[in-house]
Formats: sequence, C-alpha cells, structure tokens
Amino acid sequence: MKIRAQVAMVLNLDKCIGCHTCSITCKNVWTSRDGVEYAWFNNVETKPGIGYPKEWENQQKWKGGWQRNSAGKLEPRQGGKLRILANIFANPNLPEIDDYYEPFTYDYEHLQNAPEMQTPPTARPVSVITGQKMDKIEWGPNWEDDLGGEFSKRSKDQLFKDIEKEMYATFENTFMMYLPRLCEHCLNPACVASCPSGSIYKREDDGIVLVDQDKCRGWRMCISGCPYKKIYYNWDSGKAEKCTFCYPRIEGGQPTVCSESCVGRIRYLGVLLYDADQIETAASVANEEDLYNAQLKVFLDPNLPSVIEEARKQGIPESWIESAQKSPVYKMAVEWKVAFPLHPEYRTLPMVWYIPPLSPIQAAAERGVMGRNGILPDVKEMRIPVKYLANLLTAGDEKPVLAALDKMLAMRAYMRGKSVEKTENLEVLQQVGLTQAQVEEMYQIMAIANYEDRFVIPSSHKEEVEDSFNDKASCGFTFGNGCSGGVSSGTLFGKKKEGSIIFVDMPKSRKKAAQESGAD
Amino acid sequence: MSYLDQFLFGIYPYIALAIFLLGSLVRFEREQYTWKSESTQMLHRGQLRLGSNLFHIGVIGVFFGHLGGLLTPLSVWHALGVTHEAKQLLAMVAGGILGGLGALGLLILLYRRFSNPRLAAITPFRDKVLLLWLLATLGLGLATIPVSMGHLDGHMMTLFMEWAQRILTFRGDAASFVVGAPLVFKLHIFFGLTFFIIFPFTRMVHVWSGFGSVGYITRAWQLVRPR
Repeated sequence: MKIRAQVAMVLNLDKCIGCHTCSITCKNVWTSRDGVEYAWFNNVETKPGIGYPKEWENQQKWKGGWQRNSAGKLEPRQGGKLRILANIFANPNLPEIDDYYEPFTYDYEHLQNAPEMQTPPTARPVSVITGQKMDKIEWGPNWEDDLGGEFSKRSKDQLFKDIEKEMYATFENTFMMYLPRLCEHCLNPACVASCPSGSIYKREDDGIVLVDQDKCRGWRMCISGCPYKKIYYNWDSGKAEKCTFCYPRIEGGQPTVCSESCVGRIRYLGVLLYDADQIETAASVANEEDLYNAQLKVFLDPNLPSVIEEARKQGIPESWIESAQKSPVYKMAVEWKVAFPLHPEYRTLPMVWYIPPLSPIQAAAERGVMGRNGILPDVKEMRIPVKYLANLLTAGDEKPVLAALDKMLAMRAYMRGKSVEKTENLEVLQQVGLTQAQVEEMYQIMAIANYEDRFVIPSSHKEEVEDSFNDKASCGFTFGNGCSGGVSSGTLFGKKKEGSIIFVDMPKSRKKAAQESGAD
Repeated sequence: MSYLDQFLFGIYPYIALAIFLLGSLVRFEREQYTWKSESTQMLHRGQLRLGSNLFHIGVIGVFFGHLGGLLTPLSVWHALGVTHEAKQLLAMVAGGILGGLGALGLLILLYRRFSNPRLAAITPFRDKVLLLWLLATLGLGLATIPVSMGHLDGHMMTLFMEWAQRILTFRGDAASFVVGAPLVFKLHIFFGLTFFIIFPFTRMVHVWSGFGSVGYITRAWQLVRPR
C-alpha cells in the first residue's frame, strides 16, 4: 500500500447559479496574459450544450482520455507512445483556436476619437491575434449561456446518449443546469501520460497536476490527451498551461481563488487519502459503469486506526491526517455518496467531484399529483432527466445518482419537518439509509456551508523538503528561469512581443473619406 | 588557395560549430522557458499535417544522410564493398528524394504561414529568416544534383568526405579539398554552416528535444514529483 494525499474539490451543482464569478476571478489572477486570452482555466457551461471548447465531451472526435485495449491494459485514446511520437510533427487531434473562440477586444478608443458623426460611434471588435477588426464575433467562451442558440446545435451534447432528446426540444419540456469546469487534477492523468518531454507531473504531497514551464517543449500532445480539454496552448509563449489549483494558496492553507470567490458557496476543498498502488486496477475495470465504484475503493478511511498508523509510517504529516478526517470532500464523495466524479468513463480518476442538481418535479406540477417514491417525491419525475446526469457523472449508471438525489430530498424533508413542523421525520431518513447525525451534518455542510466547513486545507510542510531561509529576499512568482522573468527582452534569444491588446485604426484611405463625409 | 576559401571552409566551420554547441548549451542553461517548438497548429491547421510531415521526414532524412555519408570513413565503405560510383548514386537518389520531400513540405508550410492572416501576424522576424534560409539551403542542395550528374565517378564526393572528416578531427588543410568544387557546392556548404549559427537563436533548438523525446518510449505513463 502506497498512501498519498490529495487536496480534492466538490462542487454542489444544486446551488450553482451560473454567475461566472469563479471564471472571472480565475481569469484575472491566472490568464489575463498574452497568448491565453482565449483560455479559461475555470469556465461555467450551460448544459445541455456542446460546451467549451466545442464538443469537448465527444471523444470520438477529440480522442481524449484513456481506453482499455484488447489485453485489458490502458493506453491513451489518441494512441500509444509510438503513435504519439509519430504525430509529433502535426497532431491530428488538436483543437483549433476557433473551437474555443478567436480572442477579441473592442476598439474602445474610437468612442473617444471618432469625429462628429450622424450616428453614435461604435466600438468594433478587434482580433487579439491579428489586430484586425472582426466583422462578426462567431463564438465565445460562453456562447450557449442560459440555452442560447438553437436546440439542434445544442443537442449535439454527448450527454443525450441513450435519451430521446427530441422531446426536450419543446419549451414546456426544456431543462438546463450549470456546469463549472476546471482541471480535474486526476489520479490517472492522461495529459501526464501524453507528454513526450515529461514536463507535466503530479505533485506527491497534494496531488496537484502542474506543467513545468521550463521543460515544456510545445509538443501539444497533452491538449489532445486531456479529455476535459483543460490544458491550453499558449500561442504566444508556445507552452502548455493549465489550472494550477492555485497551488501557492493551497500551500498556505487557503482555498483556490474560484472557491474563495464563489458567491453560492458551492465549492468545497478537502484532503483525500488514497492508495496509489490501486490506481491502475481501478482505472482498468472492464465495464465503464463500474468505474465510479472502483474509484471509490481507491480512497482510504482516514478514521481507520490501521490507515492512520500506515499513513504516519509513510510520512504523511499529522495535520494532513487530521484534515483528511475532517474533510468535507471525503464525507460527500465517500461517506454520503452524494458527489460524483466528472465522466469516470474517461478512466482518468478525476478529483473534482460534483453533487447533481435537484430540479422541479415537472410532471407532478402538470398532473397536480405528486409521483411518490415511498414518502419522497419521485426524483425520476424531475425536470432534468436522471439519465442525463448519469451520463455526466457515473458513465450512465442511474442508481448512484438516484440514491444521491433521494438523500438530498430526504435531507430537505427532514429539516423542513424539524424547523417548520417541529417534528423529526425519521421515516424519511430510514428510506434513504441516513442516520439523524449524518443528515444534521449534511445539512450543516451542504446547506449552511460555513467557510471553515467548506475549506479544510492543511498548509504544506515546506520545511521538510527545503531550507526556506534561502528563499529570503529572493524573487516571487515567475514563469521559469528563476528570477529572470522568463522572457529575454531584446537579448540573444528573441524579443518578447509587445502587448497583445491592440487598438487598430481604420485604414488611412477610409479614415480620410469618413472624416470628409462626417460619417463612420 | 584564396584567403576567402581558407576562411570559409577552413575556419568558418569551427566558428559555426562553436556557436551551435555553446549557443545551444547556454540557451538550455539560461533560458529554458524560451526553448520550444513554437507550434502554430492551434491558430491555423491548414495544410500543416501534410507540409509538416513531409518537411520533417525529408529534412531528418537529409540530416542523417549527410551525417552518415560525410563522416563514415572511406575505409568502412571499402570494407562494405560499396564503390565510389555506387555511393555517389545512392547519395544523389536518396538525397534527391528526401531533399525533394523536404523542400516540397517547406513550400507548403511557407504558403500556409504567409497566406493566413493570423500566422502572418504572429510570425516573428527570426522565423521568417530561418524558414527562408532553410529553403535556400535545401534548394542549393538539390541544385547540386544536376551538377553531380556530370561526374558520376564519385571523386568529388570523396573530397567532400575528406574535408568534413578533417574538420571534425582537427586536421589542418581541410579547405584545400573543396577549393576546386563548383560554386553551387560551395554555396550549399556556406548556407549549411551558417544554418548552424542561426540554430541556437531560433526555435531550431527544438530539434535537440525532438531527439530527446525518444526517451518517452521507455518512460512510465505517470510522473509524480516530490516537491
């Protein structure tokens, strides 16, 4: 048994309001730079929709993640090592920037500098890549916001697999949910496996997957390897970049920026202990529907004396073991089984987990009679088809999703009884197999969601691996090359391009004509 | 032998190789963040797949052809029973095919790069110099083939081999072996040597990593680093 610890995340989709605060704070901190204007380490998608980049879930198209070969061994879907090397000159599975969107700004300057005209001046969009005006913005990071666009396009969503999707085309039957996405910091990352230069790695002490910016050579195999399309190619620096899980903050015991800023309090961070020797077995299970349960078996119970003893022996710090015992992620994912991994069928063993959203019991409203499952409303009659959620979270197996939704309904029923009707409805708890203590804790963590309950992050023990005294008065965060800043401006090896935000003017000929006629 | 010949074919090779090796080393040591393939595939795919594969296969073939052809001692060829004529023919046919593929690929890549507004906008000056220099070197190399048709006995080829081997083993008077060669050969050698000087200052350094990536084959799938 090889015990390792990971700081994992849970997102409670039941509470996500799609406000994009997480995306914006992440953007401001990490990707407001040249070459990654188009990249959103964290983005929020409206489902159903094809997402960002377009159709990222369609692995027939993009060949991301792992597949099990005839011998029962795992290899990346885009090919084994020889195939990956053979594709190094041109990657046949690489998305183009238009699959994300062409990054743009606006010619704001024109609003101030325009001559007197009959019509108000407009700020036309300008491509950040070419600096040229764009006729039309064709796509953006959240083009399908709140079901924007036609159903025929949106319904290419892979989650409609095995669902009669046509009936959801009508206004009466339509449904939607928000899906915030970031790097999954997988236990079995396909990006790491795809990197020919070995620049991507998983950190041993907290499980964060990072790209070594110095070692990355821009072979771009990780971009097609990642099934979540959460590695981005910085077209300016020529390097791969990805969500860092805000590791400088995690190291200091602080939540990631996306979690900290979430106004809906939907994000949770906590430690999971797992057995690294079990990863391969769990990811290689033959039946895709069994992958979710196989992944659960990888995690270790942090309250078990034998696990604690072994963890100590293997050098897991005491504070990390304590955090694992208090981990909200462990409780939601392993104990209560209300949180699920995103697309377990990719065989990456993702470590960002999702609580499925409840939705209105639609059929009941129409009939005036509530469908019943025992004494709970029947979750199968919810507006969002359970199969749709199962395709997202459990490779299509509806049972675990149904059980989780039932538990959430039971929690509501119990707490409503307790606080409104002043009765303790134990029957409803029996039906879903929860104890009174468990449901009270669920309520505390999932509904009240206090800061200290959501984020249980032990600070890292840097002192055990390096002498921090040497860091005194040294440089702070940089991109490679120690303190040099990573760019050699005007030196031997090339000059950095000047700012990417370009306000271009009209061609002189047209400008003159426009000024003379007094119109734009 | 003129002063210029002595410099270009006796001394310049050492300058070029020194800059090539030291430049690569210094850049790897000091500025690894700038060490990359600078792929533009994500901005515009276009004919990249055809062009890039043709170009790389051709150019890597030509590189190993020159390496083996110029630096393998004559005695080894004799021991293998390969006559000068046969080797000359091999060099012309293999070089012609691979060089032709490389040049065709490069033309496709150049067309792609300069016809697409996005790529044209982000291509730095050093890239343009590099690509055009490669095209010139390849073109000159291909242009030597018709000249070689005139002397199929392989004598001139042995002179180039002697020149290259003398340069590499630090024996004097290497330049005298190429003094008498036709101008197109001399130009090809000059462009080729200068390419080594350009190498460490451009994205050409990714070639080192390309060869390095072969180690990927024996690597474990997963990498876990202690902090």
